[in-house]
Amino acid sequence: MKASKALAVPYAVWVLIFTVVPLALVVWFAITDSDGSLTLENIFAMSDYMSVLFRSILFAIIATVICLIIAFPAAYIISRASAINQSTLIVLLMVPMWINFLLRTYAWMTLLEQNGLINKLLGLIGLGPYNLINNSGAVILGMVYNYLPFMILPLYSVMVKIDHSIIEAAQDLGSNKVRLVRKVLLPLSMPGISTGVIAVFVPSVSTFIISRMLGGGTNDLIGDLIEMQFSGNSYNPHLGSAMALVLMIIVLFMMSLFNQFGSEEDMPI
Amino acid sequence: MKKIISLLIAAVLMLSLAGCGSSPADEKRIPTEEILESFGLDPELFSDYDYDRFYGQEITLNVANWGEYMSINDDEMVDVNEVFEALTGIEVNYKTYASNETLYSKLLSGGATYDIIIPSDYMISKMISEDMLQKLDWNNIPNTANVMPSFLHAQYDPNDEYSVPYLWGMVAIIYNAAMIDDEIDSWGALWDEKYAGNILMFNNPRDAFGIAQAYLGYSLNTESEAELDRCFELLRQQKEIVQGYVMDEIFDKMEGGSAAIAPYYVGDAVVMCEDNPDLDYVIPKEGTNWFVDAMCIPATAENKEAAEMYINFLCEPEIALANSEYVGYSTPNAVTYSLLDDEVKNDEKRYPSDEFLSEHTEVFINLSDGTNAYMQNLWNQLKIDNTNVWFVPIFLVLLIAATIFVNVWRARKKKRDNF
Repeated sequence: MKASKALAVPYAVWVLIFTVVPLALVVWFAITDSDGSLTLENIFAMSDYMSVLFRSILFAIIATVICLIIAFPAAYIISRASAINQSTLIVLLMVPMWINFLLRTYAWMTLLEQNGLINKLLGLIGLGPYNLINNSGAVILGMVYNYLPFMILPLYSVMVKIDHSIIEAAQDLGSNKVRLVRKVLLPLSMPGISTGVIAVFVPSVSTFIISRMLGGGTNDLIGDLIEMQFSGNSYNPHLGSAMALVLMIIVLFMMSLFNQFGSEEDMPI
Repeated sequence: MKKIISLLIAAVLMLSLAGCGSSPADEKRIPTEEILESFGLDPELFSDYDYDRFYGQEITLNVANWGEYMSINDDEMVDVNEVFEALTGIEVNYKTYASNETLYSKLLSGGATYDIIIPSDYMISKMISEDMLQKLDWNNIPNTANVMPSFLHAQYDPNDEYSVPYLWGMVAIIYNAAMIDDEIDSWGALWDEKYAGNILMFNNPRDAFGIAQAYLGYSLNTESEAELDRCFELLRQQKEIVQGYVMDEIFDKMEGGSAAIAPYYVGDAVVMCEDNPDLDYVIPKEGTNWFVDAMCIPATAENKEAAEMYINFLCEPEIALANSEYVGYSTPNAVTYSLLDDEVKNDEKRYPSDEFLSEHTEVFINLSDGTNAYMQNLWNQLKIDNTNVWFVPIFLVLLIAATIFVNVWRARKKKRDNF
């Protein structure tokens, strides 16, 4: 027992140094001003930025839902394929992730530009050019594209463990497809869904580079705003920390809400 | 076979050990001329500065510069850091940053120690006022004699104590002649509704407000909140027709023909025009921002004398020439200027007359903290201002719906479990 506890020490130290201390610093910066005296001004100043905060959350929710809708059938199909096909499909899914995330987003810029590949192709058949970039749709597309694997992978790893005989049993007992998904597949893959939702939602809500590159700077999100407090015209880590803190609390609240109904679905049938 | 291989390995090991044995201090440096000639440089144009004074002392110099702002890593051009390392035996640890403000916050947070930095004018005055720079010892930088007189006593460093100019330029309008019929000569083109959806704008407050200020005829260093408010109105008007706010992304967008018109720095405009012949640039008649990036030594630097040697090296005419040609920006070095092609020398957009500079341009200087914060606040408003007021209510309704759903669902579940 003692030995196994000792093994956890490196991780505990790691968390202490790289998570707890920085978190405490964020809180400290958020409630002080540049002279170091306590103030709530930074938190109150956040009310000016609530709309951008909510927009970020809305975008992240939309991206997460789209990811879930795409990933659920995809993960199911992969998990039911033969062993060889499964590993091929998973590798195909992972390959884009080996390429740097910035490069992939740059590639989307080239695709979506007014003179980009998609508009050029459409131009060949006499359509367009459409305004594909620098709008909120492009930002959400960027989020979905970049974070989709984070939804598929946990879903797949849960679904692959679902015994096929359970599905057959449901079908034998006369369950139609909708019922099969709702009563069997969905509850059984709930742990994967909740991991996937967190893995997509959290990076989406705090992204700043996707909105800058695909949103063209006209669809700034809370991440851009936080970044600007540190690297913008007026260096203000206090307001930046307050923004990060408020965002963190809201995300924490939403995640706990989500987990409330996630955890009960978890129960064995 | 195995024996031969192991013998070979042993021999290699011994040789490499022998190499370690002689300390670098004993090594005789090859003569300066040979080094310079091996890089294709003309020894005649080099000063007789004693670059080998630190040879063999294993000094490392931490240099921080803008991205793509020095002639390095290009096969077709001389790699200036390699020349410096060969000449001096000092190792250059080269880092890049994306904006004056990131450099400032890196220095302020103490996370980075640099020996050389190359910030812009207004940032230099800000750093001077906050005691973040060291005074330079001019005896160690004799090549500053090459600096053109018009760059001395600059507003940002009035006594020439802290900085040596590196490269400079102006802000121009770059446009795609294939997409624009009119002759462009005014900032007003960036507000022209004809080009709606094809206009790009700076994605940083100081440059963006600077354009509005130049257009309205205000000082680029105004501290008047009323003037800034007027600029903000103008920028908000422009937002309706702007395609996007960009910085480095402009290269792809302008070269690819995805946007028709944008403001940007002249040196980069030169590079873009080389890549796409449809592009051209113009200095607007209302006047513009004249910027200077200058070499400084931060207060925290550890190798001041070696850093001054590096500054002196970058002021060598041929080295400054390589940098100016690679980057496309103009040089403040009089000898380097005399080495340029006549075509470049006489290009009024790259080397305007002193009268033009003094009459039509203004250098950014550091604004007061209050004005900086005010401008940043206006910029935030501009960027996050969304016409859709429904975001907040929709979100709240969704959240409440989710809460109700969870509670109802749990109650039902409990009921079911009770059976």
